[in-house]
Amino acid sequence: MIPVFLKNTTKRLEQGLCPYILILVHMVLGTALVYISPRSNLAFLVLITSFFSLYSFKADRRFKLAAGMVLTLLIFPVVGVRNIFYLEVIFQISVFSALALGLNIVVGFAGLLDLGYVAFYAVGAYLWAFFGSQQFYILHFAPGTQPSHLPFLLPGDAFYLFVFVAILVAALTGILLGTPVLRLRGDYLAIVTLGFGEVIRVLANNLDKPLNFTNGPQGITPIQQPTMPQVAVDGFNALFGRVVGHTVSPADMYNVMFYLFALAVIIIIIFVTRRLDDSKIGRAWTAIREDETAAIAMGVPLVRMKLAAFAVGASFAGVMGVLLAGSRTFISPESFSFMQSIGVLSMVILGGSGSIPGVILGAATVTILNLQVLQGLSLYLSQLRQTDAVIPIINFAWANLSSQLDPAKYQRLLFGLILILMMIFRPAGLIPSQRRKREPASDEAEAKEYHGTP
Amino acid sequence: MALLETVDVVKRFGGLTAVNKVNFKLDQGRIVSIIGPNGAGKTTFFNCLTGIYHPDEGQIIFNGRPLHRLRPDQIASHGLSRTFQNIRLFGNMSVIENILVGMHVHLRQSPLSTLFHLPSFKKEEKEAELKAEELMTYVGLKGVGNELAKNLPYGGQRRLEIARALAADPLMLLLDEPAAGMNPQETEEVTRLFRRIRDQKGITILLIEHDMRVVMNISELICVMDYGEKIAEGTPDEIRADTRVIEAYLGRGAVAGQHEKKVA
Ligand SMILES: Nc1ncnc2c1ncn2[C@@H]1O[C@H](COP(=O)(O)OP(=O)(O)OP(=O)(O)O)[C@@H](O)[C@H]1O
Ligand SMILES: [Mg+2]
Repeated sequence: MIPVFLKNTTKRLEQGLCPYILILVHMVLGTALVYISPRSNLAFLVLITSFFSLYSFKADRRFKLAAGMVLTLLIFPVVGVRNIFYLEVIFQISVFSALALGLNIVVGFAGLLDLGYVAFYAVGAYLWAFFGSQQFYILHFAPGTQPSHLPFLLPGDAFYLFVFVAILVAALTGILLGTPVLRLRGDYLAIVTLGFGEVIRVLANNLDKPLNFTNGPQGITPIQQPTMPQVAVDGFNALFGRVVGHTVSPADMYNVMFYLFALAVIIIIIFVTRRLDDSKIGRAWTAIREDETAAIAMGVPLVRMKLAAFAVGASFAGVMGVLLAGSRTFISPESFSFMQSIGVLSMVILGGSGSIPGVILGAATVTILNLQVLQGLSLYLSQLRQTDAVIPIINFAWANLSSQLDPAKYQRLLFGLILILMMIFRPAGLIPSQRRKREPASDEAEAKEYHGTP
Repeated sequence: MALLETVDVVKRFGGLTAVNKVNFKLDQGRIVSIIGPNGAGKTTFFNCLTGIYHPDEGQIIFNGRPLHRLRPDQIASHGLSRTFQNIRLFGNMSVIENILVGMHVHLRQSPLSTLFHLPSFKKEEKEAELKAEELMTYVGLKGVGNELAKNLPYGGQRRLEIARALAADPLMLLLDEPAAGMNPQETEEVTRLFRRIRDQKGITILLIEHDMRVVMNISELICVMDYGEKIAEGTPDEIRADTRVIEAYLGRGAVAGQHEKKVA
């Protein structure tokens, strides 16, 4: 009964103007809620899930594109500037989407389980951190002993150049780390890549001597940002000042700017991923994932194709690393722990290995769970501890709750749960990847011929 | 000159010599079968030819080139294509994509033309798709291009493996028990398909098969292996009458004429 009812309702919702109205209502509702209560997590969730409506309802592509642009280019920046925490969440979703899309090439397409993916992210981040800070002049000083007033090696605008340099450097690192492990399969590959990931982090931790490249565990700061034209700040204030409610500072604008950069990178990544997937290279990757032996027997050069997967995946992470260094102005080895690799992997698996929308959904879900749900719970619990509330039946005073119980620290539990639940209930992910359906090429050719010779 | 020639090919697994000094010659345009009891080393011999294993000793010359030190993908690009005894399709790819992977060695698309869909890329992809559809029709898989390979019925999967191998435009096709598990009607169909492949495309076929109806029906030459060694070679009639072959299949002492029928 109920499934039939549901089916009928969804069918009705997909007809005529219904989807358009639903999408708009969702967007407007989300925006309004966030506007009315800028601090509410729930309101923000409503807003951000409007992307889900946008994706899942059937509507004209141009409409979807326009709505998506309004959301990402207009509503998110304005809402984000009103409450900078939202912008942080959106930025992190973007960063992790890009990382997950990169890992998706390696794990989802080529089927090479890489547990050290975050290494390439670190390479990108440290690349700009080194060249975009004073670190070059600190090479001969132990951490913390450098004189003050050192010059910067490069101007902040070299950031743009390094976005491209990072593509090359990260891709090369990918090839370098990939070469020795190519003969390994499955679990062995996973363990060795895990090791390499840790090697990069340990290097970052210890390359403060003999020459101080990374400033060790203290990390590198300040890292320069590209110049922000005053026009942009003024323009934003003039346009949205009223809606935002306060004058936007250049610092806020930087957040918006890096969010927009991340968005641009994601769009490019999606474009590249789709083009590659639908070509000889992408088919070779999937063939390798499906059956290595059959693939090589069909003439697919395993080594070259695997290295290509490593290189492409790594370059995506490298670019995001530069972005991270620029946006944070501070980089330390902590940001590149094994947990990060696992986090990105759980995004890919949750969303749907090999599926672009799936992987983005996975990144958004995990980031929101991490930043909003877990932290929200932590906040709630700590508030409860302050009160003298008591759990009724068992007579437990919240104030006695151990301060060890801090949900924000339960990331690992979260990742573990996600991985286990997905393996049991939806091994293909929330939005499983699908093979492209092709129109029979011969039909088209015939049609052309038919029209060509009347 | 022979299209394929092996000289004293040896492949050992630890103490077991799976292929033992096999000398073998195959002329262009023939259909030749390798038969032999289970574990005789037939598949291992195929794996040596296609580079999945490197032979421990001996030489393999294909089309004038030595193959025995090349990687499988290089061998494939030299025109030696194969199917597998236990079907090895790319299960989660569509039927047409499986065939397109088979064309890998012929596709020239550069990364640049791929990213920007340059005319050269589009043209090549379109032609590849057309050719893949032709091949699907050719092996009897018309209209299932978008189906996932793993969802095809058994016989369809065997056909798809053949289409995928043909996609590389090989000079020679190695088929490892292509009729295994098929019913008599399907078997007859694929037997006809093999003949068409040879007659129309001029592709040399080397075939491992247990089904004697197939073997005796289409082979021009049969090579018999037992315990890694080539024990006999000849026309179907010669093989039918060969006592060593009957012994290999039925054990020593079973020689006399009364068992001949079973082999045939
Ligand atoms: N990778 C391997 N490692 C160890 N032994 C192997 C390996 N591959 C094959 N063998 C052994 O080599 C011998 C020949 O095996 P092969 O698969 O070539 O036989 P076959 O003639 O194809 O048999 P069938 O008709 O059953 O397919 C067998 O004894 C087998 O157990
Ligand atoms: Mg065999």
